[in-house]
Amino acid sequence: MTKATANLLYSKEHEWVEQLEGNRVRIGISDYAQKALGDIVFVENPAIDDEVIVNESMGTIESVKAVSELYSPVSGTVVAVNEELEGAPETINENPFKAGWLVEVEVSNPEELESLLNEEEYEAFTNEGEE
Amino acid sequence: MSTETALKQTPLFEIYGKYGAKVIDFGGWALPVQFSSILEEHEAVRTESGLFDVSHMGEVLVEGKDACAYINQLVTNDITKLAINQAQYTAMCYPDGGTVDDILVYKLADEKYLLVINAANIEKDVEWMKKHVKGDMKLENISDDIAQLAIQGPKAEAILQKVTDTDLSAIGVFKFAQQVNISEITDVLVSRTGYTGEDGFELYLQKDQVAALWEKLLEVGTSEGLKPCGLGARDTLRLEARLPLYGQELSSEISPLEAGVGFVVKTNKESDFIGKEALSAQKEAGLTRKIVGIEVTGRGIPRHGYKVLSEDGKEIGVVTSGTQSPSLKKSIGLALISVDHADVGTLLKIEIRNKQIEAVVVKTPFYKK
Repeated sequence: MTKATANLLYSKEHEWVEQLEGNRVRIGISDYAQKALGDIVFVENPAIDDEVIVNESMGTIESVKAVSELYSPVSGTVVAVNEELEGAPETINENPFKAGWLVEVEVSNPEELESLLNEEEYEAFTNEGEE
Repeated sequence: MSTETALKQTPLFEIYGKYGAKVIDFGGWALPVQFSSILEEHEAVRTESGLFDVSHMGEVLVEGKDACAYINQLVTNDITKLAINQAQYTAMCYPDGGTVDDILVYKLADEKYLLVINAANIEKDVEWMKKHVKGDMKLENISDDIAQLAIQGPKAEAILQKVTDTDLSAIGVFKFAQQVNISEITDVLVSRTGYTGEDGFELYLQKDQVAALWEKLLEVGTSEGLKPCGLGARDTLRLEARLPLYGQELSSEISPLEAGVGFVVKTNKESDFIGKEALSAQKEAGLTRKIVGIEVTGRGIPRHGYKVLSEDGKEIGVVTSGTQSPSLKKSIGLALISVDHADVGTLLKIEIRNKQIEAVVVKTPFYKK
């Protein structure tokens, strides 16, 4: 089991959010999500300078079998994209919390972070889904 | 009753968990999409071997003096050419040439045949078969009594040979042996057929014995690289080998000629058959559309239902199947498109989430062992 190493926040769409300096955050998908998806073979991230909106699609992620939307956990402007994933999307399966990060966003409305779940709440949320 | 409890289960359902299966709803059946990982399972079948539970498939027994004539008027291929212990791939068509199902016909004895049909089509097929019953024969749907495992891959024969005295090397491609004993398990039909593009066997047996067979094969095969495999890998394997899947490349709207399995349509066979007139006309006039292999050269994966456009943006067809090919590491698919754009090398575009992504018509099969 890959454990999150930082103090992360989570969305109910299974993205994690790591707060960096200022209003900048890094976003990825959770270990639970990568397991549920299975072998990830394609990622379509937004581009730098794209605006993303909380709970709206910012890209897609595809496993061998299925296409899933990536929902942005925050609103803001994309300031960095993990280009490594283009050639090696399996990195998300291997290391969802570190090397498998998706994008960094300059958050326009920091209050949105308050509605995200903490580690414990997220774990409870995913357990609920399994019953 | 909730939909979850209404899902049909194969006799192996109870032991899937023990092997780490991720179970999904597959056309009304609770079936494993994967055990470890689709990519690992795919690789195992291409390089070593994999074991699949395909007990959801349907089986119909046809017996009697007129069994051969009856089947031959239902199917497009010519079963009079079959020897005992030989199997044949064929289509069953509607009068307009659309496909009822694609099936395997096993000749068990002179007046006895086993028809293997797709799980999602069992009811429809049996109804269709009953509607066309003719002469001195009887038809029995034995789908609920029969289980099926497939052991596929370059090591399949060596692994299976460890647990049977029957000489498997004597079973040729599309041939089979009946009443084979495998370890303690009796009365297995062992057929050198499959749906992966690899050598291997399909094993038909009474459902109460299938769990023992599954466990036995893994017991003797795991050290040789045998892995339990799910339907996810089965789909990527069959797609690379360009084997059609009913509901995608074949349907009531798509004839076997259009699907690229014209070799099963014997319009010159002696007996009349359902769909003959329409299929002969299609052959004579030439097809207007057909299934081709595509490779996406831009960034994206083609999926069932995506639109196919010509280079200048005109809609010319639809993707029937697509995936990121695990063996070729390329984005591939099959598409039903206008014959005007079907030549190998023709540039196309696939509409993926409102973007037009470049693709090209390629030769199939994508993968050949």
